[in-house]
Amino acid sequence: MNWLAKLGAVSLQRLRGLGQLTLFVISIFPALGYAFFHIRLVFKQLYFVGVLSLPIILTAGLFVGMVLGLQGHYILSTFNSEEIVGSMTALSLIRELGPVVAALLFAGRAGSALTAEVGLMKSTEQLSALEMMAIDPIKYVVAPRILACIIALPMLALIFIAVGVFGGYLVTVGWLGVDEGAFWAQMQLQVDWQDDVINGFIKAVVFGILIAVISLFQGYEAIPTSEGVSNATTRTVVQSSLWVLGLDFVLTSIMFT
Amino acid sequence: MSELIEIENISFSRGNRKIFDRLNLSIPSGQVTAIMGPSGTGKTTLLKLIAGQLKPDTGRIVVDGLDVHRLKRTDLYRLRQRMGMLFQSGALLSDLTVFDNIAFPLREHFSLPDSIIEKLVLMKLESVGLRGAVALKPAELSGGMARRVALARALILDPEMLFYDEPFVGQDPITMGVLVSLIKKMNQSLNLTSIVVSHDVDEVLSIADYACVLSEGRIVEAGTPEALRHSTSAYVQQFLQGLADGPVPLHYPVESWGEKLASAVRSGQ
Repeated sequence: MNWLAKLGAVSLQRLRGLGQLTLFVISIFPALGYAFFHIRLVFKQLYFVGVLSLPIILTAGLFVGMVLGLQGHYILSTFNSEEIVGSMTALSLIRELGPVVAALLFAGRAGSALTAEVGLMKSTEQLSALEMMAIDPIKYVVAPRILACIIALPMLALIFIAVGVFGGYLVTVGWLGVDEGAFWAQMQLQVDWQDDVINGFIKAVVFGILIAVISLFQGYEAIPTSEGVSNATTRTVVQSSLWVLGLDFVLTSIMFT
Repeated sequence: MSELIEIENISFSRGNRKIFDRLNLSIPSGQVTAIMGPSGTGKTTLLKLIAGQLKPDTGRIVVDGLDVHRLKRTDLYRLRQRMGMLFQSGALLSDLTVFDNIAFPLREHFSLPDSIIEKLVLMKLESVGLRGAVALKPAELSGGMARRVALARALILDPEMLFYDEPFVGQDPITMGVLVSLIKKMNQSLNLTSIVVSHDVDEVLSIADYACVLSEGRIVEAGTPEALRHSTSAYVQQFLQGLADGPVPLHYPVESWGEKLASAVRSGQ
């Protein structure tokens, strides 16, 4: 019967966690109004989660685009269709790789930083101090960071896509000799504003919300010790990455089938 | 002397561990009340219960006629504007300067012109002797300075009640002396109701009007510092004099070493 008791305890713990997450999400909605009226706090967080993520997004975007161009050219040249490498690169980036890879990088850089920051605020009693000053930490700490993530990730994904397309252009047109006109013309022909760009943008917004909620919830509920904050940071990266990949499949199956 | 805070029959547990067991305590208005006891007796927990940050399992806490744990969130926040808390770590917001930390509650709760906020902040900083540190970040402050800035922040809304959580812990003798005199001075000049949670016996008893000693979830002795010093309770005397021998055991609950050895011999290990 010992295993049954353990199973019960684990199930109760999971249910409690789910309940806490639900309450956390519900408490965010009224707090977002505060963030809109304290836009300076949102800009400050936009700098931390957005601007400081630019180097990794730019570098990764360039290399992903270059590899896509190289692989695309290698495969398409066997069918004598290398002129469509531009549209292949753009579609791969806009529909999938842009939002997904940008989200994975964002979770690793900004999400983990948010969890660590809020977890440390908890362990150094800053959240308790806010409560004692009659200021809701959800309003002052959580809401501006959530809003910043929702704004930053789609922008980073767009930058990732633009740089990726440029990387593909450099490799295929600059190095492998694909016709420049064909590269851009095929891209213009194949990429649809509504089906591709808007859907890719929606994915990035959804991933932004997801990563923001996971990282801030983990920080807010972290056990206030060095080990607790460290575990919470790890959980943020693992859970965000898995949820992004899983949700991407769901969104793709809704949007593109 | 009226009572501002009434703690009535509260019990509180963390997991299976009972922190308070039907605890009763009255905090007189306009006085400094010291709550003492060894580490882990729930002194900080008691402050958090009074401030409504934690909820007792049973019993109630009444602050100025208001049952803290039955208040709506907005009413609780209104009550907290009448309270100030000096945290053990200072708990200054690490991304703000000293000035912005102290101005923070004013900016959040009132729409005051910047010139007024500046005057109020500098006045509080002057009273804790840190007007010169106005532009520093919390990371640039020593532990004692951080606690004085936190004291200025706790006082910025002119609270009626001030709670000090281990204000002297880890401080050098000079800083400790400064903090003792500051707490005394602030309490006298602002007519505050103060609760000082501490196990620095000499310092806290030198400023307290009333003191109590906590053990195993209950108050074991309460009275004036003088009465406490003359207490006949072995527990109180062990705590006040820092004696190794007494009712408070050194060892965490475990079977005796002799029994453990005997059982090892019996089992042939």
